[in-house]
Amino acid sequence: MTSLILSTTTRLLQPLLLLYSLFLLVSGHDEPGGGFAGGLVAAAAFTLYAIAHDVAAARRALRFEPSTLIAVGLLLTLATGVLPLLWGKPLLTSGWMELRPWGLGPLDVGTPMLFDLGVYLVVTGVALTFVLSLAEE
Amino acid sequence: MLTALVLGGFGAALLAPWVVRFAPRRAGWLLMLLPLGAFVAFARTLPAVTAGSPRTERLAWTPQLDLWLSFRLDGLALLFALLITGIGALVTLYAAHYLAGHPQLGRFYAYLFLFMSAMLGVVVADNVLAMFICWELTSLSSYALVGFEHERPQARRSALQALLVTVAGGQALMAGLLMLASMGGSFELSGLVGQGEALRAHPLYLPALLLVLAGAFTKSAQVPFHPWLPGAMEAPTPVSAYLHSATMVKAGVYLLMRLHPALGDTVPWALLLTGVGGATMLWGAARALAEVDLKRLLAYATLSVLGVLVMLLGVGTPAALHAALVYLLAHALYKGALFLLAGVVDHETGTRDVTRLSGLGRAMPFTATAAGLAALGMAGVLPVFGFIGKELVYESVLHAPRSAGLVTAASVLAFVLLVAVALMVGVRPFLGGPGTPPRAPHEAPPGLWGQPLLLAVLGLVCGLAPGLLAPLLSAAGEALRPGLGPLELSLWHGVNVALGLSVLSLAVGAAVFVGRERLLPVAGALSPPGLQAAWSFDRFLVGLNTVALWQTRLLQSGSHSRYLVLVLVSTFGLLGYTLAVRGDALLPPPTGQVEVADVGVALLTVLAAGAVVRARSRLASVTALGVVGFGVALLFLFFGAPDLALTQAIVEALTVVVFLLALLHLPRYTELSSGAVRLRDVALSLGVGGVMGLLALLAANPPPHPTISTYFLEQSVPLAHGHNVVNVILTDFRALDTLGEITVLAVAGLGVHALLKLRPAGRPRP
Repeated sequence: MTSLILSTTTRLLQPLLLLYSLFLLVSGHDEPGGGFAGGLVAAAAFTLYAIAHDVAAARRALRFEPSTLIAVGLLLTLATGVLPLLWGKPLLTSGWMELRPWGLGPLDVGTPMLFDLGVYLVVTGVALTFVLSLAEE
Repeated sequence: MLTALVLGGFGAALLAPWVVRFAPRRAGWLLMLLPLGAFVAFARTLPAVTAGSPRTERLAWTPQLDLWLSFRLDGLALLFALLITGIGALVTLYAAHYLAGHPQLGRFYAYLFLFMSAMLGVVVADNVLAMFICWELTSLSSYALVGFEHERPQARRSALQALLVTVAGGQALMAGLLMLASMGGSFELSGLVGQGEALRAHPLYLPALLLVLAGAFTKSAQVPFHPWLPGAMEAPTPVSAYLHSATMVKAGVYLLMRLHPALGDTVPWALLLTGVGGATMLWGAARALAEVDLKRLLAYATLSVLGVLVMLLGVGTPAALHAALVYLLAHALYKGALFLLAGVVDHETGTRDVTRLSGLGRAMPFTATAAGLAALGMAGVLPVFGFIGKELVYESVLHAPRSAGLVTAASVLAFVLLVAVALMVGVRPFLGGPGTPPRAPHEAPPGLWGQPLLLAVLGLVCGLAPGLLAPLLSAAGEALRPGLGPLELSLWHGVNVALGLSVLSLAVGAAVFVGRERLLPVAGALSPPGLQAAWSFDRFLVGLNTVALWQTRLLQSGSHSRYLVLVLVSTFGLLGYTLAVRGDALLPPPTGQVEVADVGVALLTVLAAGAVVRARSRLASVTALGVVGFGVALLFLFFGAPDLALTQAIVEALTVVVFLLALLHLPRYTELSSGAVRLRDVALSLGVGGVMGLLALLAANPPPHPTISTYFLEQSVPLAHGHNVVNVILTDFRALDTLGEITVLAVAGLGVHALLKLRPAGRPRP
């Protein structure tokens, strides 16, 4: 069941959705969004791909097993949590620094963003595990 | 030094399997170096410790929880430490020969060293919590060691029994120790010991005492908790020799000795310890007579001796305390040797059945010599150390402050039976004509008989020169009761009543041994099968499983609607009850401006919810459910929660997809529930919705207490560099919650993966 209209639209929509998911992830600290919402949008992008083409194609496009995403994301959040212990700080203490790349305005970069990236990966992985496993049945 | 020895032992447990892998032939010798080195290190502290200056070390572990790695090596701890490391070294080498070529030898040593370090930790720890942790580790490692031959169901069962009994006692002990710590205001044993007066006068003294005794009695296998110890004979013989005679079962006795200055010398203490100890002493000795298996004979005899030690602590006179220490050491020497020799006999002849063993002395002269010496110690014959021990026991029970006659008579009876057991174990298999063992007996390698012979000879040396041990035992006595005074040890006490009792018990014991066949019905009557079955551990386990099964069937019926009903009724029942009781529901509802759009969306959502229920096809139902979700998302958006609205909308979209994918696999839509069930569901839904609505109204009221949300709002930018407070809370302020939540999410994802993707080989797709 391949629809030409759907697959053509998906070709345009999927990259946009992925871009939007990254935008949500990055802007989440100051604007609505964040790792959870971003991860869901990314999952939606690949779900759309799976519906437009087929699950195998979606898995190829994803490149990684969803369970790998889960594992990497979980380890990433754990690492940002444990890292402060090495400096004798409590678990999950956040660290920040201010960057001025190419003279552009102040850009705050901190470990909570890495933490959020981990959340993003876990959510994407779990949602895709649900969708892709069920779709393959 | 203490810290390094205990922690180093745990490290060695990790390394032991590699030592066995890379040097399989020399592993026994290499690994023995560790306990031997520890033994030497402990022995070098002898002069200082016996001079009355204990060695202490203190290291922070989790000071916030009063948990310190504090160690204190006084006379009592040193006595036990020397036993643990000394016998540990011998057993380590013995095991290499006994289990030679066993594929799991590395694992065995890992468990053995784990036990050894934990046991050392128990006796040298000063911090109550650290001691308790080590105490539990000995139970765990014992579980692994008893169940070492885990292919045999009997070994698994015995391991589980030992674990459950000792860990259940451990729980009681933990409660008791915490009570003591709060009553005495110190988490250090050395601090508690000084608080004896205050602790004994405390109103909670009796409950704390009972809890501590529950821990000590289960660990030291006192009646009625004893059956796990004979069962533990399923363990490989080196384990039985080490854990179940020389060290672990004495942990309970050690604890009683350690806490004697804090809890001892009261009426409940004296009654309980004398009564339970005396009962164990008699029961063990009498039951031993009915056994024919060498190891079980020794196990029941060990029970009896543990009873003697507990009873002596209950008697509590200075002579009794000293006698307990002396007999403890004497027992470790002869019983360790006898257990190891039982292993040698088993190894060389293929059986431990005493009725099939006879005349082994000719083929196994060294084993027979060691067995004879050790049996002399067990029977308490001049000039072996066991004789001194038995004399002191008789001397102290004769002068017991309470019912001396009864206690003395019981002790004499127990020792009579122990003499008979000693003859059965240490003499009968080696004398007489040839027996009928499965294999023709021949002498074992020196690596097997050397260690028990050394222990037996040590018993003889200590008997001939008891003065060597007096300083250590005196120092240990100081721990039992400060100011107890020095212990005078000599082999010959002159002709007195105790000596008379000693001779009497030897003579009657020999007579019992000769007439054992005729006494068997009496011993058998002590454990009628009916009583055993009724009290048996198996029955208890079966009962436990039945209850668990019933409860699981009730709660985990496999019916989806059943689960929903259970969860909803319990959650919202409790919530509604709380709201009703607290009267919160009567608070005035919040007021505020209502826009037309709000009303419109709300109406749409309600209509869609109605459509979900009324729909006659799953597809329509799911679509309507999607409308409900988007309606809620819109409401979130109207009321200033764009984050929630965004997430809700995406979740809705994905949920509909997942639903549709699942729909493909479901059977055709049919109505299965009856009218009554549907009515029940309506009532339940209305109830849940009502409670939830009330809760939402309540939440909109200004909170009665200051909340943390103002703090989050104010500190979001300065502390966390973020303007989106919701996300800052998720990723920074309450990141630990998020970590937990995504872990749950990940587990759920893996669960779905496992359910749908992983199947046992050969099972078709459903």
